[in-house]
This record gives sequence, structure tokens and C-alpha cells, in this order.
Amino acid sequence: MNAGAIWAIYRFEMARFFRTMTQSFISPVISTSLYFVIFGTAIGSRIEEVDGLSYGAFIVPGLIMLSVIQQAISNGSFGIYFPKFIGTIYELLSAPVNFLEIVAGYVGAAATKALFIGLVILGTAAFFVDLSIAHPVAMIAFLLLTCLSFSLLGFIIGIWAGNFEQLQIVPLLIVTPLVFLGGAFYSLSMLPPIWQTITLFNPVVYLISGFRWAFFDQADLPILLSLFAITGFTAGCLGFVWWIFRTGWRLRD
Amino acid sequence: MTAIVSIKGLRKAYASGMEALKGVDLDIEEGEILALLGPNGAGKTTLISTICGITMPTSGSITVGGHDTLKGYRGARQLIGLVPQEISLEPFETVWSSVSFSRGLFGKRRDDAKIEAILRQLSLWDKRDAKTMELSGGMKRRVLIAKALSHEPRVLFLDEPTAGVDVELRKDMWETVAQLKADGVTIILTTHYIEEAEAIADRVGVISGGRLLLVEEKAALMQRMGRKTLSIELTEPLEEIPDSLGLYDLEFGPDKTSLLYTYDRNAERTGIARLIGDLTEAGIVLSDIATSQSSLEEIFVGLVKEDGA
Ligand SMILES: Nc1ncnc2c1ncn2[C@@H]1O[C@H](COP(=O)(O)OP(=O)(O)O)[C@@H](O)[C@H]1O
Ligand SMILES: [Mg+2]
Repeated sequence: MNAGAIWAIYRFEMARFFRTMTQSFISPVISTSLYFVIFGTAIGSRIEEVDGLSYGAFIVPGLIMLSVIQQAISNGSFGIYFPKFIGTIYELLSAPVNFLEIVAGYVGAAATKALFIGLVILGTAAFFVDLSIAHPVAMIAFLLLTCLSFSLLGFIIGIWAGNFEQLQIVPLLIVTPLVFLGGAFYSLSMLPPIWQTITLFNPVVYLISGFRWAFFDQADLPILLSLFAITGFTAGCLGFVWWIFRTGWRLRD
Repeated sequence: MTAIVSIKGLRKAYASGMEALKGVDLDIEEGEILALLGPNGAGKTTLISTICGITMPTSGSITVGGHDTLKGYRGARQLIGLVPQEISLEPFETVWSSVSFSRGLFGKRRDDAKIEAILRQLSLWDKRDAKTMELSGGMKRRVLIAKALSHEPRVLFLDEPTAGVDVELRKDMWETVAQLKADGVTIILTTHYIEEAEAIADRVGVISGGRLLLVEEKAALMQRMGRKTLSIELTEPLEEIPDSLGLYDLEFGPDKTSLLYTYDRNAERTGIARLIGDLTEAGIVLSDIATSQSSLEEIFVGLVKEDGA
């Protein structure tokens, strides 16, 4: 294994992140604060408790997921798209590295950044609501798996994308709606029965439900199902990336 | 001599159907400088990209240092440094981090002294903290070379390294190449500048239309294909070339005080002796004679024309 290559890629990617640290830090803090002001305080004060929780607390897990998923995808896709776009990908393709090493470097860095943002949001949320975390280990595990799997999805998008528009379109048209409709801001039990069923086809539902369980020990869906879903999703993405490198799809002529 | 790169029956058809390599066989010897000459679209870049792993071969096989470039890609790529034709660098990175990254990517242990030596050799040391986007085109090219050298390759590919580069930098690069050769590095370069091949190559390969037309020692190639020109200085200018000298196809030099005679140096009879006799007979007095070899460029143009015919 070329561990040096993984480390080189990881460090290179993280350096980019640290250069724009303030920006990386401030924008999620501001947007999360806005969510709390609008949903938690302004609107939330008119909403009754959800599942026995204040609305402000209820939305914390979903809010973290929302940002983490967006961040993971955008970091994961940009990290590999940029070298493709400017042409420096030649070096990656001609280096003695296999696909797992490339993925470990890029996706590892993207996931680290997303994790960092997730923790920043968690810290910001703690300013607005009283938070107690029922299952801290499970919470971290869910957070990590989410960072990882969506960075992988981002990585795939970055390889697939032929231009900046395509790079934006999947997150914008598919992922963001799935996250908003994934129960970030409501409980599934609040939906009419038919929508409760339809919602089950949305993979993000399992994530948010599981994550909420880690916080509050209560969830829309069984925790094992959530765990199974996120693991399966990660494996699926990894399999697809393996196929990409085996066939050279969109990478090698 | 052992072949460090061995290419057998290499074909490459792009997805578009374009057949860029139509069966290339080539052995590159360890420690040599091989220049690949060919017009635009000949397949030079495709050949290099396929050896380096950037493009997939359609059929045929390549080994580098005995490692198959597909099955043993790690071993093969470990030995290769590549300077691509197009300049592409991470714009916001410094020279230092960009070059260090390359070394790390090839799994080499961090070695700041080594990187420093490379940067100094390429006159990049003063620019080590500059962002690559702040550099001139020639400097960027140097950074690409530094990146390729950072992991101490045994085989270096330079794809048109001096295209669009000023004379001074070109000289610098030739020196670098000579230094690398002295260190035992095998160098393959493609170029449009024939004088480049002429100045530094040991062997020259001519590629056109996806085929390697020939690979030969530079000297042998020039000798085999070489036409020479005899220039004859006259004591007095001539009004016109006398009819009695018609069969020699003489031309005037820059002014009418010299005559040019082109001959094939490998021909059984060059005709020089007879020409001089006939000149004297025509009452023309010579002050001096000199010969000059035709350049690789002329040889090359001749070859490609032949191929097209
Ligand atoms: N990615 C590609 N897809 C399709 N055709 C290509 C591609 N790259 C190069 N070609 C074609 O292959 C031929 C050889 O190109 P190239 O290897 O770049 O030649 P050279 O480097 O000698 O100028 C050209 O006709 C070129 O148009
Ligand atoms: Mg080329």
C-alpha cells in the first residue's frame, strides 16, 4: 500500500481547507444561527412539542445532517473535479496508486472537513437549545458514516461532472430536496399515511431518523434499519468508485 | 544494452474511433536520450500517455523496467517521471508544496534536501514560496519538470518541453537533461524543434500517422539520409551559370560570387571531382570550397513526405 500517497493527497486537500478556514467556519455558523432564529424561535414558538421535544431541539440533528451532507458532497466533488478541470489529474493517473488510496486521500479529506462543520454546527446549536446526547458514540458513528458516504457520493459526482453546472446540479436538484424531505424539520408521524410510505424510499430519512435516535433515544424508524441503510449506501458508493477506476470511466481515455 | 521500456504491438483507438497508434514496437535503452519527432497529431502524446497510464491501450503490451504497465503498474510507474505537454498546475499552491506533493504521491519519504537540490538546479529556489499562478509560462514549465523529478525517476518523459519557451530556458533545459543523462536517467522527449533532437538526442524516432517510421542513431540517420551541400566561392561574380554546367543543377549562393552544389554523400559518385574540372574548363576561378550537412529537419520533412506519398 502506498500510505505516503494517501497522506500526501490528504494533506494537500486539507491545506486548501485551512487556507479558507475563516470562511469555512463562519458560513455554517451564520446559516445555522439563522435556522434557529427562524425555525427554532420565530416559527418554533408557535409549534407544539414534537415527540416530546421542543421544536428547537427537535431540528438539531436534521440541521446538522443537512449541512454535513451538503458540505460532504461539495467537498468530495470539488476535490476531484478541480484537478480534472485544470488538468493536474494527469499526475494522479500516472502515479503508483490504486483507487482505494486515491479515494482514501480525497474522500478522507472531504469527510474530515464535513465532520468539522458538523461539530461547529453542534456547538452553535448548543447556544440556542439545551442539548443532551443520549448515545454519544452512536451519534459520532452516524456523523462519521454520513460524512464518509456523502463525500464518496460527491467524489462520484466530481468524476462524472463534465462542467461546473453538472457539478452543482445533482446536489441542488436531488440531494437538497431529499434532505429537506427527509424529516429534518418534521417527524414522519406528522405526515399523511401515504406520504409516510413514499418517504421510506428516501434514503436520507433513515439517516436523520438514526441520528435523532442517537440524540434523543427516540426515532421514526428502528435504529438497526438506519444503520443498515447508511452502511449499505456507503458500500454501494465504494463499489461504484471501484468500478470507475477499473474501467477508467470519465477518467482515462 | 538492456531495454528499460519495451513496447510491443501497441495500438490505441480512442472512443471517437480515431486510431492514434497503429501498432508501435519500440525498445528504449537504459540511459539513452531518445527524441520522438513527428508532426502535430502524429500520436506522440498518445504514446507517452499510454506508457504512463493516463490512457488505456487498445491492444499490445508495454513494460517499464520489466514491469507490465497494466498488471504491474505500481512498479512501472514508480520508475517514471512525466512532464506533460500542457502546462497544468494547482494555481493556489506554492512551488514548494506542489513539488513536495508529487514526491509524496509517489510514496517517497519526505526529503527536503532533495527537493531543494531539484529547485536549485532548475533555478526555482527563489520562487519556492511563490504561488504557481504567479509564475511565467517558462517558470511553470520548470515546476512541471521539478515535479516529475521529485520522486527520482529512472525514466523521464518530456512531452514538447521547450514549446513556447525562450532560448535561455531551452538551453537550461538541455543542460538539465544532460545532467540527468549523466546520472543514468533514460530520457524520452518529443519535440517540434529539430535542432533540439539534433543537439541532445542519442537516437531519433520519427512518428507519423500513428506509426513509428524509424528509430535510428542520430548520426546514422543523418548519414543515411544526409544530403550535403558544397558551396563554391568564386573570385569574381558570375552573370549566369554557363550551359556547359547544366547537368549539375547548380544554384547561386546569397550573391553571385558563390555557387551551391547539392549531392548525396552516400552516392557512389558525388560528382565533385568532375564538377571542379568542368568549372576550371569553363574559365571559372575558385577561391574556396566548403561542405555543409543538411539538418535533421530536412531529413525529417523528406521522410514524412515519403510516408504520405
Ligand atoms: N482524447 C482524445 N480523444 C480522441 N482523439 C484524440 C484524443 N487525444 C488525441 N486524439 C487524436 O489522436 C491523434 C494523435 O494525437 P496526439 O497523440 O496528441 O498527437 P501529437 O502529440 O503527436 O501531436 C490526433 O489525431 C488527435 O486528434
Ligand atoms: Mg502532443
